[in-house]
Amino acid sequence: MRTIMLSVPGWAGHAAGQHLDVRLTAEDGYTAERSYSIASAPGEALAITVERLDDGEVSPYLTEELRAGDEIEIRGPIGGYFIWTGDDAATPLLLVAGGSGVVPFRSILRHRHNLGSRVPIRLLYSARSLPDVIYQQELDQADDGVAVIYTLTRQQPPGWTGHAGRADRQLLAEVAWPAEQDPMIFVCGPTPFVEAVAAGLVGLGYPAQRIRTERFGGAEGS
Amino acid sequence: MSPISRGFRGRRSEAPADTARTPPGQYLTTDFPVLSAGPTPHTPLRDWTFSIQQAGTDLRTWTWQELLALPAEDVTVDIHCVTRWSKLDTRWRAVPIDTLLAHVDHHARFALAFCDGGYTTNVPLADLTSGQAWVAYEYDGRPLAPEHGGPARLLVPHLYFWKSAKWIRGLDLLAADEPGFWERYGYHNYGDPWREQRYAGD
Repeated sequence: MRTIMLSVPGWAGHAAGQHLDVRLTAEDGYTAERSYSIASAPGEALAITVERLDDGEVSPYLTEELRAGDEIEIRGPIGGYFIWTGDDAATPLLLVAGGSGVVPFRSILRHRHNLGSRVPIRLLYSARSLPDVIYQQELDQADDGVAVIYTLTRQQPPGWTGHAGRADRQLLAEVAWPAEQDPMIFVCGPTPFVEAVAAGLVGLGYPAQRIRTERFGGAEGS
Repeated sequence: MSPISRGFRGRRSEAPADTARTPPGQYLTTDFPVLSAGPTPHTPLRDWTFSIQQAGTDLRTWTWQELLALPAEDVTVDIHCVTRWSKLDTRWRAVPIDTLLAHVDHHARFALAFCDGGYTTNVPLADLTSGQAWVAYEYDGRPLAPEHGGPARLLVPHLYFWKSAKWIRGLDLLAADEPGFWERYGYHNYGDPWREQRYAGD
């Protein structure tokens, strides 16, 4: 896992939750492109957080080979649906992340902080183990009104008092805002995770049109 | 001219062997990744219908059983997702849009596909006819799985795959073009993978 700061002259800005495309070009002109969620908030220095995938083509380069000062080609921002602008101060947010699906939510949380917004946010973050949690220090110092709830699916440290196991319907029922509060819900993660969480939320009575999803499948990136 | 990415070689073993079938900026996958903007809907087949509308008014509606009774084709096509994966030789069982349109009288030039869950996408009618598009209900010899758009999805393989709307419930025939869901959120209005029309402005 690596967070990469990008200096982009003329970057027009982005909304929290958007992604961008990275394009790499080999000396012989061969190119490969993938999408990555933007990890920084609007107005901050642009950053992406990249998870290294063993069978990936672009992520091993970005996480291991790329050095400060190198040039890469990017395009964006992309996507206008899976975003949070902060304009709606009355609607609580539920964010549900699986693994590196937490990246766009880091942008949302930082945006809330920078705006001085008081929108109540709960982030349910499912990770394999504590060392797999990205941005842990930052998340553990979240502002008032932001609750970060971890569930560790594979391995829990000794004395772990948080949740263990999958973000199933029972855990969602425990963590999610009551349906009467009509929360806006964002779910991001690998496809099976998003399928299960979104179905669980619909089953609990949250309207499908209040649930926005971003999935990454067998393909690399988001 | 793209800057060279120092030290980048790429995964040559999986570089497209057949560039004639892989549009620019795409890589081949054998997976079938899933991308959708919201939860997967599950409409019971007894409640499922497919409608051809004109400006919102039903011209003709088929039940699930009626759709299955229409002449279908086995089609093998390459598909190209805007998120850059392409998959070759995907096999579908599907009813041609030509067959459905033969049952209605219309003078439309555009269509807006509408779906369970509220998704829409726009396609010129000229791209849905002449054997270029289908309503598909089997993939690889099996009923189309809900996460891939089952019970039925639009199949327009010559455009980026977001045009092949999952969970389709009908086509609204329109005199004027009207952007659909992703087309309103920054994606290209037409979406030709061979001209790399990914985003608005391409």
